[in-house]
Amino acid sequence: MPAPEVEAWFVREVLPLEAALMHYLQASYRRTSDIADLRQDVYAAVIEAAHTQIPHRARPFVFAIARNMLINRIRRDRVVPFETVADPDELGLAADEPAPDRAVMAREELRRLRAAIDQLPPRCREAVVLARVEELPGREIARRMGINETTVSHYIKTGMRVLADVLYGDEKSGGAP
Amino acid sequence: MSNAEDRIENAKPDEIETRAADWLYRAQFSEWSSADQAELDRWLALSSNHVAAYWRLKAAWARAETLSALRPLDGGAVERRAPGLALKVAAVIAVMAVTALGASQFLSRSNERTYRTPVGGHEIISFSDGSKIELNTDTVLRTRMTTAERMVWLDKGEAYFQVKHDSAHPFIVVAGEHRITDLGTKFLVHRDASDLEVALLEGRVRYVNDAGEPAAKATLLAPGDVVTATTSTMFVTRKPARALAKELSWRKGLLIFDNTPLAEAAGQINRYNRQKVVIADPRVARMTIDGAFPSNSVQAFTDAAQTLFGLKVENRGDEIVISR
Repeated sequence: MPAPEVEAWFVREVLPLEAALMHYLQASYRRTSDIADLRQDVYAAVIEAAHTQIPHRARPFVFAIARNMLINRIRRDRVVPFETVADPDELGLAADEPAPDRAVMAREELRRLRAAIDQLPPRCREAVVLARVEELPGREIARRMGINETTVSHYIKTGMRVLADVLYGDEKSGGAP
Repeated sequence: MSNAEDRIENAKPDEIETRAADWLYRAQFSEWSSADQAELDRWLALSSNHVAAYWRLKAAWARAETLSALRPLDGGAVERRAPGLALKVAAVIAVMAVTALGASQFLSRSNERTYRTPVGGHEIISFSDGSKIELNTDTVLRTRMTTAERMVWLDKGEAYFQVKHDSAHPFIVVAGEHRITDLGTKFLVHRDASDLEVALLEGRVRYVNDAGEPAAKATLLAPGDVVTATTSTMFVTRKPARALAKELSWRKGLLIFDNTPLAEAAGQINRYNRQKVVIADPRVARMTIDGAFPSNSVQAFTDAAQTLFGLKVENRGDEIVISR
């Protein structure tokens, strides 16, 4: 499967499951500091599998991989008993949901983005707004903010990461309904 | 396992994400060569964790592009009205256009190029980045394409833009007080003495009217959206794909009329020909015409008027007068 198709599928079908996935991982694994690590491993395994064939339904596929990964982790850790790994079906996480109405999605998207932007530190927010709302290049952002481009890059990179966490991972302002 | 690979295996997800953000910033905000791409591809090939982190940040950053729609909320004043009203928008700024031209000649720069088409002309300009601009009849357009920026000024006439998106080098079209920033797309810009029309066929563009800063009027356009603007007013209407295709028929040397009043059809024909069609009688002007006509043939148009409507056609050299 060519990478661009896998990427499009990953962005369209898998990333929107992140809030639910994080919820599942947190419910099943005690070492909460490792959750982000675990999530990345799940994604990596999902991407590898999708390069062979893109699964018909993303949700059950992602949660099956997450469950296997949890079981392996817990076996390796020998800390938490096996039984604590919840069945995604029982949590109601593995079932497909009807797609929301498009107009609602567009409004929702803008609300989420605003909420995400609001969570950035002020200077970082300013840089991200200049980059994404005003579509300015780095040099121009630096000029407007009276800082150097390296600092701009630092703000933008922080912004990228916070935006991803809020847009995909945070259940209150992003991710699953 | 080599040391390098060992380090990758043991890299913390946080470090991977940091590296992914570095890459994404470079790809979005600096000069990007094929060597850079190859280097990124190598990094991605090392681990699916790298791929996951990079795709995730890239997708979130792309989603944030929707934020540019927030601009009109801040500036306010973007109106959406039914089609038809746009036609009644009064002409205000013929003077403005002239002023803009004078100033721009004064400011001409070395890497600036001017393209002109005569009446009836049609020219395609291709750029090394893959973008294309197609000039319609009687058009003046200037470009400044450097590694740092892609600026185009439409001083007069009509042009169809097919732009290869590059967020590090935004493609900006300026027409008087109007500014269109491409977000990856195909769009049509038509400027006449009084107003400006921007029609979006594919992708997204952001339209900004600079005249009223700081209360600038901006809006993000979706395919099918048509902005009709003067310096003081602006409307967004929607046109079906078929109607937009009709507006682009000049690219094939055709004018397509669909229940079009003769006066308007004559106005269209006149844009492409030195010999002007004049309609002497208001009742004739209101008759409607259907069909496709070669834009460079006044004769085909007047023949149709003669045979279909039984009208009189009188050739006076510079003008050709249609009456009952």
